[in-house]
Amino acid sequence: MQQSNAYIITFSVILTVVLGLLLSGTSQVLGPLQKEAEALDKKKQILGAVISGDEIAAMSPEEINSFYTSRIASVVVDINGEEVSEKDGAAVSAETVDIEKNYKLPAEDRLYPVFIFHAEGNDSDIESYIFPVFGAGLWDAISGYLALDTDMNTIGGITLSHVGETPGLGARITEPGVQARYQGKEIFNDSGELVSVAMQKGEGKDYSDNPHMVDGMSGATITANGVNAMLENYLGAYKPFIESKKSSNAVAAAY
Amino acid sequence: MSAETAEKVLDKKPAEALLSKRRKKLISDPLVDDNPITIQVLGICSALAVTTQMKPTLVMAISVVFVIVMANLTISLLRNTIPTRVRIIVQLAVVATLVTLVNEVLKAFAYDMYKELSVFVGLIITNCIVMGRLEAFALGNKPYDSILDGFGSALGYSWIILAVAFFRELLGSGAVFGIPIYDYVSGLFGEDFQLATNGLMVSPVGAFIILGLIIWVQRTKTGYVEH
Repeated sequence: MQQSNAYIITFSVILTVVLGLLLSGTSQVLGPLQKEAEALDKKKQILGAVISGDEIAAMSPEEINSFYTSRIASVVVDINGEEVSEKDGAAVSAETVDIEKNYKLPAEDRLYPVFIFHAEGNDSDIESYIFPVFGAGLWDAISGYLALDTDMNTIGGITLSHVGETPGLGARITEPGVQARYQGKEIFNDSGELVSVAMQKGEGKDYSDNPHMVDGMSGATITANGVNAMLENYLGAYKPFIESKKSSNAVAAAY
Repeated sequence: MSAETAEKVLDKKPAEALLSKRRKKLISDPLVDDNPITIQVLGICSALAVTTQMKPTLVMAISVVFVIVMANLTISLLRNTIPTRVRIIVQLAVVATLVTLVNEVLKAFAYDMYKELSVFVGLIITNCIVMGRLEAFALGNKPYDSILDGFGSALGYSWIILAVAFFRELLGSGAVFGIPIYDYVSGLFGEDFQLATNGLMVSPVGAFIILGLIIWVQRTKTGYVEH
């Protein structure tokens, strides 16, 4: 059966409109639920940098929300490590800062949220600082949360996530086993310079005596390089904040 | 094709039983004798990629069942109106819409699964099984038969990926559906008895091996030879 061009075009237009309406309708209906799921996932990732994945998996969404509220405080700082409370006339809060959008701005214009993990109900009894990081992997964006202990040097934990890395290779950065390799590593060297932590090429070597190197992921060196660049980049940007906390914490410790 | 179906409507036979022998065959054929993965060798990519654990594999299987059945139904309903010259792109549009729906639903109700599977759910669009069934069956058959055919093919796909996932998770992580079977076994026999997991099974290579073994066993039993 041979149809006229007019028929084909009409058919295509109707099909496109119907399918388009269907999709935008679904997106409208499910949108709020998706936003909620995303916000919860963000909280899980932030908490993942300081408590174990098993603990988080055992919590219900309500428990995560209340745990987050009682244990996490936050500030937003600029590239000089100074606290920012509003930008362009609008109040800013760490929870609403979009890291990805800020990543596209020049480094000195970005907002840098810091999440502070503290003892329950007492936000001056700080246990660690959590810094969001963002960068490029092999195929798409990668991001994460890095927790520093109060000495502002030792890594307490890290969560990494990705958009489109290869499963079994680059996507392994989301595995607890890979992320655990960062625990206890240090970002400053003995003379006090920021050197960050670098994932090495190859896998299965023991780097336990080197505080700035972690074992790599076989077959995913480019993703690992992306993670390294991301950490270096953002630790550099947070450095003024980190230095300021480091000196004030050192003073506190001396008393 | 459409002329043929029109004729069938004309000579009024008594209505076919809801699950006649022919219709049962539509479902059962793709399970073993004409399995999309092991015989037609379609959809291998996702069979290798998602099958490290049972849970994501099950979600993937359900998604594929939904997409194939709904796409078959839609295309079959539209089969007499779809312009032949643009039929492939019409099929693609329908499948892509369904896949996007699945992705949106996962994102709203199972965000963890969405993060884990989103790449593969997107790839259902290019899964040859879906387009293959639309082109080979739904375009020339009535809606109900098309649903059965799609369901059969999707089940054929599902049981294979679930079987692969079962062995990969058991041998690779010592668990099934996240339940640590190996730990229980060690518990039964005491501390000294430790089962070792095989890292090869977690990598895609493990899926090749398991899939190869399944195909081998199946072809030995059915005597199927490729022409």
